[in-house]
Amino acid sequence: MPEPRILTVAEALREATDLCMRRDPRVFVMGEGVADPKAIFGTTAGLAAAHGAARVMETPIAENGFTGLAIGAAMMGRRPLIVHQRVDFALLSLEQLFNNAAKLHYVSNGRHRVPLVVRMIVGRGWGQGPAHSQSLETLFAQVPGLKVVLPATAREAKGQLIAAIEDDNPVVMIEHRWVHYATGAVPEGHYTVPLDGPRVVREGGDVTIVATSYMLLEALRAAETLAQAGIAAEVIDLAVLRPFVADPIVESVRRTGRLLCVDTGFRRYGAGAEIVASVVEQALGALKAPPVRLGLPEHPTPSSRALLGGFYPTALSIIDAAATLVGAGPARVEGPRAALAAALATVPMDVPHPTFRGPF
Amino acid sequence: MTGSLDLYRAMLRIRLVEEEIAARYAEQEMRCPVHLSIGQEAVAAGVCAALRRDDQMVSTHRCHAHYLAKGGDLKAMLAEIYGKAAGCCGGRGGSMHLFDHDAGLLLSLPIVASGLPIAAGVALSFAQEGSARVAVGFCGDGSIEEGVFHETLNLAAVHRLPVLFVLENNLYSCYTGLGDRQPARPFTDLARGYAMPVETADGNDVHAVRAATGRAVGRARAGQGPTLLVFDTYRWREHCGPNYDNDAGYRTEAEFLDWKARCPLARLRAELVRDGALDEAAELAMLNAITAEIEEAFAFARAAPFPEADTVAEHVHA
Repeated sequence: MPEPRILTVAEALREATDLCMRRDPRVFVMGEGVADPKAIFGTTAGLAAAHGAARVMETPIAENGFTGLAIGAAMMGRRPLIVHQRVDFALLSLEQLFNNAAKLHYVSNGRHRVPLVVRMIVGRGWGQGPAHSQSLETLFAQVPGLKVVLPATAREAKGQLIAAIEDDNPVVMIEHRWVHYATGAVPEGHYTVPLDGPRVVREGGDVTIVATSYMLLEALRAAETLAQAGIAAEVIDLAVLRPFVADPIVESVRRTGRLLCVDTGFRRYGAGAEIVASVVEQALGALKAPPVRLGLPEHPTPSSRALLGGFYPTALSIIDAAATLVGAGPARVEGPRAALAAALATVPMDVPHPTFRGPF
Repeated sequence: MTGSLDLYRAMLRIRLVEEEIAARYAEQEMRCPVHLSIGQEAVAAGVCAALRRDDQMVSTHRCHAHYLAKGGDLKAMLAEIYGKAAGCCGGRGGSMHLFDHDAGLLLSLPIVASGLPIAAGVALSFAQEGSARVAVGFCGDGSIEEGVFHETLNLAAVHRLPVLFVLENNLYSCYTGLGDRQPARPFTDLARGYAMPVETADGNDVHAVRAATGRAVGRARAGQGPTLLVFDTYRWREHCGPNYDNDAGYRTEAEFLDWKARCPLARLRAELVRDGALDEAAELAMLNAITAEIEEAFAFARAAPFPEADTVAEHVHA
């Protein structure tokens, strides 16, 4: 058995893009900074050198314009991949994405296809502030015709991006900046991870925790600590917000009777709202306690770390919510929770990784 | 090469289709917005006469003339406006989404300037494929006020894309005149801002439109990049709907009559008669043939079945 190959999510995304460009000459990359020295946090590193400037197109600062450009090329059979360094920048392209990309297959009665991938990155930490840090996945998830995927782990990130590039539909891939640092075993070569719904990442019978993107990593950390306290959490990665598939979640809640949703974006109108609604519609009788949602509070993201103390859900807040849901008193989780809290306290709250020195 | 008689036939056909839509609109069977092209026929006919069938155009909410001039199927157009399954969009788009990909009218979009970057993207695909085809994006004077107009001209210029931006200046955005929306300056300055060639012509002179377009097409096919084409013309009827609205208070009857005197069809007809290319019998034959085609197409569209209700959720994803 060879040693598994460990890559970061950023490296896995770069590898997926390179592989697709080698396999299919119609694939090309475009965006602000895709060919610059920073190469979108390394996710497009080396691609311009390998494939040339025509296939790794540096664009003017014209998000709506170059999104329309990509749609037109995609309609004619090309396979563009757009990259935005922030979700917030992509907001300037919503007109093209919502009015055109999402609807052209439908309005043409199936004649036109828009095989387009739009990657966009959620900033967090190092004082990103209110307009460099938004996690607006549910905004995109509301629009029929789009697919919306949020990678969280390295193997899946590579397979999901390959699946997205090979998909004949417009796919929005929302990557959390801190997910880029997550490492995992990544197979060599071509494979896909289907964009077809949630995935059970950890099994457990006491409480179902559904998380998106970076919150999956926090949830998994929380689940480990909960296990030390004798609480078995089932953790589900809601990697695909659209098409929305509730079945694995509903099935899990039928067994656990308890549901905790952890959003990377805002709690209000977040993905958790849709999950809770679906579970209540389909498995109300199975619920032993009211579902709980965690997510961002009702205000924009401030820059100063002094104001961010309670802004993001953490493994600790997930532990607390899960323990309350299962009716475990604070004493039961106190020991393992304190150990985790002490470990987390050694890393500053506003960086994605202990080695990070800013800025990004 | 399209002759003058063909150009006249194309324009007359557009005029008669539009007038028939206007005449029948009160029947309440065409239940979608219609933005008629009456008065602006020469731009559509002149531009399309300079193109090949496999060149692709992207049009706007006012797309009927572009669709017909490029060779779009009349029955599929009318069936679409009637909301029928045989419509070009199967009843999913209505009159603002007309398309006939095979004829080279790739799509029409009802958001101002939204089609311009898509036209540029079509041109990008041609460039990537090494094809000599060109793309055309139509827009009106209101498009200039949209950011994406400028984003697209900049993108097309910097990548030297084989695309033509056809600006049909009809002086009004709905009920608001150009002077209330933009500072006075020549539209040619817009092209200069993006180091792009510009062609201007009387949009009611089909020969001038075709000649200007032909020069732009020649540059695009030769790899010399995009051109902005500016054609002044006038919408005779209301922004949306079948009626005249000179009494609505935003423009004057005198202004309309002045433009009507410059009717693009009358202008070409006078030339054809003067040159002996069109006599009374030939004109009558042409009129009868077009009228018969239109009557048949309307009969087809009215009799065609509606789409089945249970197909409504099809084709959300490919």
